Parts: sequence; structure tokens; C-alpha cells
Amino acid sequence: MQSLPASLGQILNTLLAILLGVGGIVLLYIILDSLIGFLPDRVQQRIRPWVYVGPLLIILAFYLVYPTLNTIYLSFLDKRSENFVGLKNYIFAFTNPAMHVAFRNNVLWLVLQTTFSVGLGLVIAVLANRVRYETVVKSLVFLPLAISFVGASVIWRFVYAYKPGDVPQIGLLNAVLVNILGLEPIGWLVEKAVNNFALIAVGVWLQTGFCMVVLSAAIKGIPVEIIEAARIDGANEWQIFWRVTVPMISSTIAVVATTVIINALKAFDIVFVMTNGNRGTEVLANRMYKEMFSFRNAGRASAIAVILLLAIIPIMMVNIRRFQEQEAMR
Amino acid sequence: MSAKLKKTLSSIPLHITVIGIAFLWTLPSVGLLISSFRPKNDVFATGWWTVFQHPFDFTQYQLDNYIRVLTTEGMGRAFLNSLSITIPSTVIPIAVAAFAAYAFAWMDFPGRQVLFVIVVGLLVVPLQMTLIPLLRVYNKLGLAGTFLGIWLAHTGYGLPFAVYLLRNFIGGLPRDLFESAYLDGASHLTAFFRLALPLSVPAIASLAIFQFLWVWNDLLVALIYLGGTQEVAPLTLKLSAMVQSLGQDWHLLTAAAFISMALPLVVFLSLQRYFVQGILAGSVKG
Repeated sequence: MQSLPASLGQILNTLLAILLGVGGIVLLYIILDSLIGFLPDRVQQRIRPWVYVGPLLIILAFYLVYPTLNTIYLSFLDKRSENFVGLKNYIFAFTNPAMHVAFRNNVLWLVLQTTFSVGLGLVIAVLANRVRYETVVKSLVFLPLAISFVGASVIWRFVYAYKPGDVPQIGLLNAVLVNILGLEPIGWLVEKAVNNFALIAVGVWLQTGFCMVVLSAAIKGIPVEIIEAARIDGANEWQIFWRVTVPMISSTIAVVATTVIINALKAFDIVFVMTNGNRGTEVLANRMYKEMFSFRNAGRASAIAVILLLAIIPIMMVNIRRFQEQEAMR
Repeated sequence: MSAKLKKTLSSIPLHITVIGIAFLWTLPSVGLLISSFRPKNDVFATGWWTVFQHPFDFTQYQLDNYIRVLTTEGMGRAFLNSLSITIPSTVIPIAVAAFAAYAFAWMDFPGRQVLFVIVVGLLVVPLQMTLIPLLRVYNKLGLAGTFLGIWLAHTGYGLPFAVYLLRNFIGGLPRDLFESAYLDGASHLTAFFRLALPLSVPAIASLAIFQFLWVWNDLLVALIYLGGTQEVAPLTLKLSAMVQSLGQDWHLLTAAAFISMALPLVVFLSLQRYFVQGILAGSVKG
């Protein structure tokens, strides 16, 4: 048990840390700006823009540009980054059986999480659009987005909880299986036939709300006259959905899908917390973490990171371009 | 049958489906919340849904799990750490991005277009690409396991998107406004604080909520740069360690998980409008 003064000390420390972090950065710019105020006018005009963008460029160079180049370089070196090994780390990444499992699972994540999140998000957006209590329904589906992957992992580990034999089930899913359907309980996170799907379901639960909100905004942007015109022409709701709604929001669907795809490629937290990649649930990002910390192999970890980057680049390019088109239309 | 009644009847399947989905979506979280208030023995003996046999029998709820988790299990400290990490990690990137976005929009300097394209291009870099080299530098500089180190890391990772969003917003403000301010002798610093910043409040609010949730809910960055340093571990790190060590102690895990979600849920419920705007604008962040 902590004593009260110790807790108070911690709270003071917290406040101090926040003040330092927040105040420091604003002061930095004000001081720099007034320092160059002492220079002659013409010099000032030249230098001032660099005071404003300088910190940005320095931080980005240090946190993104340098490490990216360095990781590419490290991926051609051995585990301690001492000797050049050519493509050996990449050959490992594409031939090792454990890596094949990780690749397979990332493809599963990519296909299933994207299909179900976008599909369910679209269906819920369309259906909720037609009821009066839309806001409540949307809030409830959207709520998981505020929850961390770690928190969601605890929630779902509890849903999947398994008790052997005749003990009452305390996990929701097994209770339904045993008490309502009269079946045997399943070790959802242990059985190799289902555990990947159990993990992906958590991802779908988290991301559907995001898809729904973005798609719902797009659906509301469709002019009412177009829907009315289709209805007058005798189209039923089903036809309106497939022939009018979906084509009219196709670019938004693409943006949402690419975002979910990138999240699927980088899937880490859920796997790390729920199974740590055991029993056939490994994914690339978790494998990279293991290579880095458990096996201390910087070369292999870097090669996996580069593979992730190469997979993400084309998708991200599509995403940024689509997003800019949308912004331009607004 | 009257047309109105017919219409009502035909919409019943719609209502059942919509309410059913909302119900299913909420059920896992409700289970967590209820279990966190139940005594240990109850949690192990029966499913959480059994409380609905006597929902208003308040003797079946208690706060012991929360008290234990906050004190002996260290979630209280982790909560403060999460605050110490998240607030500066939200403000610093937005401040840096706002100054830079202003410069990209309203100042003239060589290479301005090219630099902006490069900054946006950095959106493609997954943070996995940066972990190994940065951790090595951090270990040399003594930044690993410090608040400053993780503030700057989150700043670096959040900046490309923040600059992208704010540059578009600040650049979209009316040109006349800035030109007349400069004619009246306003300096860039004045124009930034008196014009650009107040007018960008909607964009900054969305961005702030987005970055706040991203940092608060982050596990990977904390795991790498704070590692095993218990004194600075945020909620996510602490919670994931508890899952490993307490495994089946659901009464504690559920309480701990709820503590880690409380603040984001408050932010979500009170600022939902900005939150949605942030999400709509944030769909390109990788």
C-alpha cells in the first residue's frame, strides 16, 4: 500500500513533467523568434522561415529519415550488425517455416479483417441511417475505437475464457456453446483451427466502428434526389444499395479499406497480448519484436521491417492520392 | 390493414437487426465492467450475466478489485505515468506542426514545396522501420526509459500527419486576412498567435483528440523505449504485463482494463463530434 505523501509526490511530479514538456516547446519558438529579432531586417527575413520549420526538419531527420535508412543498411548485416551477409536475412525471411506461418497469418488478417470491418461497417451505416435512434447505435458500435488494443485484448480473453469439464463456464462464448447449444466448450485461443479467427474477430470489433463512421458520412453526402429518382423508377432497396449507394461512395470505401489493410499488415498488440504468437498465431510485427528482443538478431528484425515497409508503400500511395482527391472536391 | 400499420410491421426486421448488432457489439464491454465490480469468488464461480437474476441486489457488487489494482498492483502510478506521457506527447507535435504548417503556408523560402512533399511522404514509414536504430541511439544518450525520450518519439511519429492536416487547414484560411495583418505591421509571430492559431481551433481539436488517443492507447512505442522501467510504465504496458503475470485473475484484470479505458471513454463521450471529425480527417494516418 502506498502512503499518501508518496502519492502526492507522484502527482506533483506528473504536473511538473507536463508543464515542462508543454511549456518548453512553446517557449523554444518564442525565444528563437525574438533572438533573430536582433539581426538586420534582411537577414531576419531569410532566417525566420527556418526557425519555424527547423525543429520539424530536425526531429523528422532524427526520428524517421535516419532510422529508416539505417534499418535498410542493418538488414544486410549479421545479428550483431558487424559483418555484411548479403541477402541472407531476406532468404531467411522467405524460407523459414515460422516466417511462412507469419506471412500466412498476415494475409488472413488482411483479407478477413478488411472484408468484415468494411462489410459490417457499410451494412451498419446503411441500416442505422434508416432508424431514428441512429446516433445511439452508431456510438455503441464506435465506442471500441476509444479502447486500446491491450484493453480490448483483456475484454476478449474474458469472452473466450475456457473451463474444462463440468465446471460452469465464465466466458461468454463457451457459456453459449455449453448452456444454450449443448456443445463442448472450445479453447478459442489454443485450438489451431480457430485461434487466428478468434484474434482477427477482436480486430474486426475494434475497426468496424471506424469504417462505419467514415462510410456513414459518405452515405449522407449522397444527394437525396438521386435515391428518390431511383425509387420512382421502381428500384427496390436492394438495388438502390448495390447500384446507387455502393458506386457513389466507392472512393470512400477504398480509403477505408486501405486504412484497414495497413492496420492488418502492422497487427501487433492483439497478438502480443493474447497469444504472443504461440500455437500458430504469429504475425510479422510480433515476429520482428521477437527477433529484436528474444533472439537479439538485429539483421533479421530489420529485414522483416523492410518487408513491412515495402508492403505498405504502394497501399499508402493509393491512400494519400485518394485522400487528396477528396480534399480537393470539398 | 392500414398503410401505416403495414409500414410499421414491415420495418420490424430492420429494428431487430439494428438493435441486435448494437447489443452484440456492447456485450463484451458490459461483461468486463460488471465483472470488475464482482467479488473474486463470484467471478470464478459463475458467469457475469448471472447478476441479472437480481440486478438490484447491490451486495453482489464491491470496489475491492479497484482498490487493490490501484494500490498494490500499481495501476494508480501507471495512470499518472500515462498522463505524464500523453499530454506532452500530444501538445509537442501539434506545436511543432503548427509552426511548420504556418511557414509552409504563409512564408516564402527556397525548397518549401519539396520539403512539404518529403514530410508527407514520410507517412508511409511504419514505425517498425525506426525501432532498432533509435533504441541504439537512445541507449547511448540515456534517453531510454525517460519521459523526454518517449515524448520526442511520439512527436516524431505523429508529425507527418499533423503537418499534413494543419498545412491544408492553415493554407486554406483567407489570404486577405494575413495580407492586411502584414500591412498593418504584424510580425509573423503575431500573425501566428493571433490569426492562424485561433482560426485553426477545429483542426487542432480533432488532431489533439486523435493524437491523445493514439498515444494513450499505444503499446509498442512504450514497450520499446520504456521497456522494463517500472517507474515510468504507462497503463497499457502495465496491463499487458498483468495479463502475463495474473493470467486468470479476472477480477483484477477486468478492473485494471477498465481503469485504462476510463479516460479515453470520457474523452470519447464528451468530444464525440470532434472525435468523429478527427477520424474522418485521420483516415490516412498509417
